[in-house]
Amino acid sequence: MEQEFTITAFSENSIGLLNRVTIIFTRRHINIESLTVSQSSIKGVHKFTIVVITTLEKIEKVTKQIEKLVEVLKAFYHTNDELIRQEIALYKVPTEALLKSNEVENIVRKNGARILEVTPDFTVIEKTGDKTETQELFELLERVSGTLQFTRSGIVAITKNKHELLTQYLKEMDSIKYSNN
Amino acid sequence: MEPAAIKNEQKAHKQENMKKVKGSEAVLLSLIEEGVEIMFGYPGGSIMPIYDALYDHQEKIKHILTRHEQGAAHAAQGYARATGKVGVCMATSGPGATNLITGIADAMLDSTPMVCITGQVGSLLLGTDAFQETDVIGITMPVTKWNFQVTKAADIPSAIAKAFYIARTGRPGPVLIDITKDAQFAETEFKYKKFEGIRSYIPVPKVDTEKIEDAANLIDKAKKPLALIGQGVILGGAEKEVIAFLEKSGIPFAWTLLGLSAIPTDHPLNVGMLGMHGNYGPNKLTNECDVLIGIGMRFDDRVTGDVKRYAKQAKVIHMEIDPAEINKNVKCSVAILGDVKETLPMLTQKVKTNLHHEWIHEFKKCMDIEIEKVITKDMYPEKPGLSMAEVIRRINENAKGEAIMVTDVGQHQMVAARYTKFNHTRSIVTSGGLGTMGFGLPAAIGAKLGMPGKQVIAIIGDGGFQMTIQELGTIFQTGVAVKIVILNNDFLGMVRQWQQLFFDKRYSSTELINPDFLMIAKGYCIDGQRVSKREDLDDAVKKMLDHNGPYLLEVKVEKEGNVFPMVPAGSSVSEIRLE
Repeated sequence: MEQEFTITAFSENSIGLLNRVTIIFTRRHINIESLTVSQSSIKGVHKFTIVVITTLEKIEKVTKQIEKLVEVLKAFYHTNDELIRQEIALYKVPTEALLKSNEVENIVRKNGARILEVTPDFTVIEKTGDKTETQELFELLERVSGTLQFTRSGIVAITKNKHELLTQYLKEMDSIKYSNN
Repeated sequence: MEPAAIKNEQKAHKQENMKKVKGSEAVLLSLIEEGVEIMFGYPGGSIMPIYDALYDHQEKIKHILTRHEQGAAHAAQGYARATGKVGVCMATSGPGATNLITGIADAMLDSTPMVCITGQVGSLLLGTDAFQETDVIGITMPVTKWNFQVTKAADIPSAIAKAFYIARTGRPGPVLIDITKDAQFAETEFKYKKFEGIRSYIPVPKVDTEKIEDAANLIDKAKKPLALIGQGVILGGAEKEVIAFLEKSGIPFAWTLLGLSAIPTDHPLNVGMLGMHGNYGPNKLTNECDVLIGIGMRFDDRVTGDVKRYAKQAKVIHMEIDPAEINKNVKCSVAILGDVKETLPMLTQKVKTNLHHEWIHEFKKCMDIEIEKVITKDMYPEKPGLSMAEVIRRINENAKGEAIMVTDVGQHQMVAARYTKFNHTRSIVTSGGLGTMGFGLPAAIGAKLGMPGKQVIAIIGDGGFQMTIQELGTIFQTGVAVKIVILNNDFLGMVRQWQQLFFDKRYSSTELINPDFLMIAKGYCIDGQRVSKREDLDDAVKKMLDHNGPYLLEVKVEKEGNVFPMVPAGSSVSEIRLE
C-alpha cells in the first residue's frame, strides 16, 4: 500500500552526490515528488529532504541503499506524522484585482499570507504552510482574481525527535582520527 | 663526514621528499605505493601523459596492452578474482571509457575490487562536447562503488589512495578515477599517504554479539538446517572458518555460483550447487529445511526462484557484510552483520557439536535421482554427439582439481559450474550477476597473469568467444599460456534452450554460422586442435594441458543439448525440472 514518505539524508558536500541519490529512486521506478538540498545545522554536512510516494517495504530498502553510498553519513525515512513540514508558495496576481475590491486583501489576511511585492501590473503574495494550505490558497485566488504565476518550494522538514538524529553519530565518528591527506 | 657535506646531503634528501613531479608521474608513483604489479589498458589521446610516465616504470609495473578496453576491464576482473588483489585497468576518454562500462558493471554486481583510471579532456573543455569527451563520471555512477574526477594534479595521490581503499574494503567493488589531461601535465609535490578511512563509510559493521547468540540457539534446535555458501566466504578469506563451523554443527552446505570452490568439492557436507541450474537436492530441500543460513551470499533471484515461495517454512539467518542486503530479497529472522571471517568463529564457539545424518541422507536420495535422470546421461552419453558434460569430465580427470576454471556465459558455464571438481579456493572465475558474454577469454588472461604457477583453463561457448575474440591478440603478444576450450554447438545455446522449452522451438536468431576457429587461432600463432569424436577427446585434453604455451581446443558438441536440472524463471525452487 503506497503512502507519502520523507527521506532525510545527511552527507558530505561532494559534487555529483545528488545524482547518485536520485539514481536510486529512478532505478526502482519511484518518482520524486519534492527535493530540497542545503547545508544542515552541522558545519560541512549537507541535508537532503526527499518526498516520495511508495510502499513501506520499498522505502526501507531505498533508505538503506542511500546510506550505503560512500559520501552519505546517515539516511532516515519518516511518515508524515513523524515530521513537522513547511513549504513556501508565491502567487502572482494582477494588481487590478486588489484595486477593484477588498476580496483579495481579505483572503490574504484570513490565510496568514503576506504581500511581498507590488508593481503597477502585478502583486506577489507569499504564504508559508503545509501543502494542503498552500494549495487551498492557490485555488481560492484562482477563483477570485486569477493567478498570473504560481510556484512552490520543496518541503523543509524537522523531526519530532528532541535532537538532530545525526549529532550523536557524528560525535562517535569524529572521535576516530583519520589522518588522510 | 664534514659539516658542509652533511648539510648538502640533508638538503638533497629534503628536496627528494619534496620533489615536484608531473601529475602523470604522480599517478604511477601512487600505483606503485599501492603495490600494483600488473595493469591492463589501452592508450589514447587523453591518457598519453600517463602512458609516457609508465614508460619509465616498466620494471615495476607491467602493463598489458589488450585489443579492446572491454578486454582490459575483464582481464582486471579475472586478475582480481584469481588473486584477491585489486585489479587495475586504464583507458582514454570518450569511447575508451565507455568501452570499460560492461566490465565495470560486471565487477559491481559480482563485488570485485577494481580501480579504473580514465583520461579526460582538459578541464577547460569539460561540458563543451569536446573531441572524445564523455561524462564518464555521470555514466558510471550507477555501476561504481565510488568515482571521482581529478582536475588538479595535487589531488592525484589522495584520490588514488581513497580509490584503492574503497575498492578493497568492506564489500569490494569497482572505483573509477577520471583524470583531466591538464592535471596529468601539471606539476605537484608528491607525498603519498595510505588512506585510513572516512566518517561516512563504514566498510565492516560492528558485530552484535546478541545476534550470534540468537543464531546459535536457532541452529542448535534445528532438525533440518541448511547452509548456503556464497562469495562472501572467499572475499573474506574465511574458508577455514566456514569449514570449522560446518564440521562442528554438522550442517550440510550448498554453494552459489560465486561460492564455488570455497570448500573442496569432495567435502562430505557438500550437497551441491544452488540456482537455476543447480542440483536437485539443494533446490528442492530448501523448501523443506527448518533453518536456512545464508553465509556471504545475497539471495539473488537465480538462487531463490520465485521469492514468494522461497523457504517460507524456515527461519533464515543471514550472515552478511552489507546492511543493505539484509531483508532486501529474503526476510530473515536473525541478521548477523559483519565480516564472516570474524563472525563465523564467534558462531562456531556458541553452537553445539551436532550431526544430521538422516537429513543429509535426504540430499543423497535426491542426488541419486539426479544421477539417474540427468548426470549419467550427461557424463556418459550413449548417442554419438559429444556432450558438454563429458568434456568437463575429461578435463576433471586430467586437471585433477588443481586448475583455475574460467568460464564465459551460457550453457557451457552452467555445465562447467555443475561438474568441475575443485580442490582450492579461488579456482573459478565466472560472470555471475551480470552474466556477460565475452567475459571468459580476457578474464582468463588476467587470471593466468595473476597466478602464473596455476593451469588456467577457459571454457567458452562459440557465441561468447566471438564477443571478445580480439583478445587472442593479447595472448599472442604476451605469450600467456591460457588453455582455451571452445564448446561449439553452432548455437547461442542457452537462449536456444529457452526457445525450445518456452517458445515452441522458434529459433529466432540463435543459430550461428561459425568460422574456422582453429584457422583464426593459427593466424595468432596459437596452436590447437578440433575434436568431434569421443575417442579423440581424452588425448586432446592431455595434449592441451601438456602444451607449452597457449592452446585452443575446439570441441564440436551436440547442437541441441539442454542443461538440466532447471528452475524455470518465476517458478518456485520446489518446481525444479529434471527434464
